Amino acid sequence: MSRPLRRRWDWLLEQRWLLPGLLVAGLALSFAIPEYGLLNRYVQMVLMYVGINIILAVSLNLVNGFMGEFSLAHAGFMAVGAYTAALLTMRVLPVAEFPALFPVAVLAGGLAAALLGLVVAVPSFKVRGDYLAIITLAFLMIVKSVIENIDAVGGPRGIPGIGKLTTLPWVFFWAVAVVWLVRNFVYSRYGRGVLAVREDEIASELMSVHTRRVKFLAFTLSSFGAGVAGALFAHLLQFISPRVFDVIKTTDILIMVYLGGIASIGGSILGATLYTVLLEILRPSTVAALLSWLPAVVFDPLNEHFIRHLGVWRMVIMPLALVLVMLYWPRGIMGLREYRGFIPRLDREAHRRGDPQGGRRDGAAHRD
Amino acid sequence: MALLTATDVRHYFGGLCALAGFNLALEEGELMGLIGPNGAGKTTVFNLITGVYRASSGSIRFKDTELVGKTPHQITALRIGRTFQNIRLFRDLSVLDNVRIAHYARARYTPIEALLHLGRYRGEERRIVDDSRRLLSIFKLERLAGETAKNLPYGMQRRLEIARALAIGPELLLLDEPAAGMNPNEIDQLMDFIQWIRREFRLTILLIEHQMKLVMGICERIQVLDFGETLIEGPPEAIRSDPRVLEAYLGEAPVA
Repeated sequence: MSRPLRRRWDWLLEQRWLLPGLLVAGLALSFAIPEYGLLNRYVQMVLMYVGINIILAVSLNLVNGFMGEFSLAHAGFMAVGAYTAALLTMRVLPVAEFPALFPVAVLAGGLAAALLGLVVAVPSFKVRGDYLAIITLAFLMIVKSVIENIDAVGGPRGIPGIGKLTTLPWVFFWAVAVVWLVRNFVYSRYGRGVLAVREDEIASELMSVHTRRVKFLAFTLSSFGAGVAGALFAHLLQFISPRVFDVIKTTDILIMVYLGGIASIGGSILGATLYTVLLEILRPSTVAALLSWLPAVVFDPLNEHFIRHLGVWRMVIMPLALVLVMLYWPRGIMGLREYRGFIPRLDREAHRRGDPQGGRRDGAAHRD
Repeated sequence: MALLTATDVRHYFGGLCALAGFNLALEEGELMGLIGPNGAGKTTVFNLITGVYRASSGSIRFKDTELVGKTPHQITALRIGRTFQNIRLFRDLSVLDNVRIAHYARARYTPIEALLHLGRYRGEERRIVDDSRRLLSIFKLERLAGETAKNLPYGMQRRLEIARALAIGPELLLLDEPAAGMNPNEIDQLMDFIQWIRREFRLTILLIEHQMKLVMGICERIQVLDFGETLIEGPPEAIRSDPRVLEAYLGEAPVA
């Protein structure tokens, strides 16, 4: 970027009104888009998935990125949130008369998942690394088979006919809320404790960090996020079954986290958005629609040979892109760095160098 | 009454006896040295005091509190700070964050206040930043607050480690080979520095060191460990001339 442009950009990022302004604009847009049909229903749907995936990636990053563990249980927490919320809206809460009760169900889904997150935090006191990863994988399998064996919630058949209560404004609200909570947590003594645990657990204890409490809180908040996302997901898809929340679902979220970058909230938002949008763009119908402006002479053979077979290659192209990203950015696109807008003012100023000019490092990050 | 008392502390690693009846009485304000050949059990003493290991038997008391059975963070919160033989900074974190992390136990806000950035959060965080920056400026590291710890040169990493240990607000400071890897000139500076922080922060210091120049130069009292047992304890002059110490370090004296 050229120097004056860079300065304008820096000035913009310094403005106090920037974040509230963006939030208000985003909320207004999230209401306006479905209301006035600014985007077609398919794009709206993709936007909602982007929002849900942002919640999933940011919350998983807390454990896998900031804390440096490798949890595979995220889809399990998602399932708990999804089932809790779905059962509430279908059997308990009169959402048909009072749609305003939907957030109550989402919150309950998040809290139910958080409660189970506590359970997974306990083995993390004793076990780390690969072994904890295996335990979280086991936990995911347990959640899945427990649900499969409860007839009251449909067993392996799942729950069909869930109300379509997830709307764009609600996704926007919950995504902002979860990102805000995680960001606040990260920039507190507990968040620094989480980072310290990743770096050196013994040294953290000897610097007075209550590592058990810190792990408890990180797992709880992380699974709360997964629960909220699960609740929104259930009321968007309108059908859930244990198979939806298998290890493949976890893998998707892992890819978003590691693609975007570990220990970075901005990275997870980027990763979730890129992954979701790219996978949609690679659908043959989307590519065909995107390229339909080409003259028939070019488009028709392209469609014949490439676009129509893209479906087969979609799941090759995407992982291949991931491999390339990992080779060139081993910590992900934003690994260990953060967008300046997410760093609280106090933290930003505290890290500034002594010289009044403000060094180059005043830029994007402080942890790189 | 002594600030730190160890009474007949024993520790076994499996069947191996690492420490066989360790005794210590450290008075408030004292600067004491712990020396001995490699493998004598010096670092084990530090690990037992700070709760990294749990003593197999015996008692360690800090003021009126029994330390055996407490977790490291509880013991550290009682204001016992330490550094490590091989530097153990939080390498990927900033210099400032290294120091801020050590304020964990002294920050007074709850998880809810942290999640919402409300209540005492702001005031406490402001105070932590101010305290940390003051500490860094004392150690001439303030300009590097935003630098990643691993990028610092060795000497500065050593300094940062001491700064981090002081950030917990210790009354007792345990230094594990602070002069490791330093040249004679740097050791002279370090000796002055340790004396200075001792006065400035009103510390009681227990240090492990192989550099005899440093140990003999600043310690008021020295305890010599060998094979997990206390060989001798006394002022530097007495240690210097004791044949048992020479023997422990260099092997048996040749027959004259």
